[in-house]
Amino acid sequence: MAGEGIERVMQYLAKLPGLGPRSARRAALHLLKRREALMLPLADALREAAENIQACGVCGNLDTIEPCEVCRDHRRDDTRICVVEDVADLWALERAAAFNGRYHVLGGLLSALDGVAPEDLNIEPLLVRAGEPEVTEVILAMDATVDGQTTAHYISDRLAGRDVEITRLARGVPVGGELDYLDDGTLAQAMKARRSG
Amino acid sequence: MEWNDEGIVLSARRHGEGSAVVVLMTREHGRHAGLARGATSARSRAMLQPGNSVEAVWRARLAEHLGNWALEPLEGAAAELMDDPLKLAGLTSACAITDKALPEREPHPRVHAGLMALLSAMRNEDLGDLWVAAYVRWELGLLADLGFGLDLETCASTGATEDLVYVSPRSARAVSAQAGEPYHGKLLTLPRFLSKRGGGEPADMLDGLILTGHFLESHVFGAHGQPVPEPRQRFVERCRTQIPA
Repeated sequence: MAGEGIERVMQYLAKLPGLGPRSARRAALHLLKRREALMLPLADALREAAENIQACGVCGNLDTIEPCEVCRDHRRDDTRICVVEDVADLWALERAAAFNGRYHVLGGLLSALDGVAPEDLNIEPLLVRAGEPEVTEVILAMDATVDGQTTAHYISDRLAGRDVEITRLARGVPVGGELDYLDDGTLAQAMKARRSG
Repeated sequence: MEWNDEGIVLSARRHGEGSAVVVLMTREHGRHAGLARGATSARSRAMLQPGNSVEAVWRARLAEHLGNWALEPLEGAAAELMDDPLKLAGLTSACAITDKALPEREPHPRVHAGLMALLSAMRNEDLGDLWVAAYVRWELGLLADLGFGLDLETCASTGATEDLVYVSPRSARAVSAQAGEPYHGKLLTLPRFLSKRGGGEPADMLDGLILTGHFLESHVFGAHGQPVPEPRQRFVERCRTQIPA
């Protein structure tokens, strides 16, 4: 139906998260109709990103500069490192403006199903960073899943004996959450972690 | 094709944008996989953690198809065990062993019942670390259900029923202290909680894990050229460091 070049664009677009063949077709048509205003700038931006963006050698964040903006920022608190699974989690915490310390991206979680072992993750550099004299707290901000918590326990073990406090994110009722709609596990966790006041 | 059953989530592997291939240990249909749509929603992700119990409906046009799950949560063991590293390691080990050792779609109601009992023991905080003994018993039950049952009642050499302290790694039968003395270094230790002597120290639980680990490796996984799943190795390591000697 469409020419070979357009088909190729559609095939690549269909590989993106959230896009199936039908929406990829719509996106390809949209781009072709806005060739100058959208398609060429997008192609340039993609090429530039592919050529310049790299994982930060310190924390694992993605940026065009080495070390990344977050690691260069002198206003940040050097005493705390927040350990996250993925860059998307780092971005989520930055969006929330809830943390002003340093980050460390693991690049995944220990998973028996996917065959991810400790040596496949960015754990050794974390141990080195946690050993620096200014670091006093390591925050394990992993998913509240079996894999997430298995990874957190593993890192906690590896950090044991060092002079740093190891903390974790709280689990419980989300903001705007109604008790009636919460799953049993979350409710049990919230009850266990209840606080006075 | 359609049936209802109760199951324990063993694994959930993401499939496409919003679905997952979920493997359950069901009561009547054994280890069974199926596609769960909408598995990436917050509610489903919480439900699909290994160890959680679900009410499952499986539907497919033909029996040999992968089929689709409709799942409803029953009990959430995973969330309760997450904070305890030893219990979490035991949970992931039990789920990984069930997932890897059992053939698909072959009913093993005793393994399912044993896994339910094990999860119950793990959630019982009054038991302390004694649930590890329940874990060892569950692995023995799994071995027996797969046809590799251990005979821990009589001595393989003398037929004695008392003073059994060893297990032969070859015959999988108990050996008495007297008969086993010359081969002490080659025999496995029979933990007290598995013998008539009863009771047992924390070290016995580790001996139990070494005992079942040997037969899982040689009879179940080694026979297929596979290693024992890594979560079990991590569980044993954690027992070594965490359970007081």
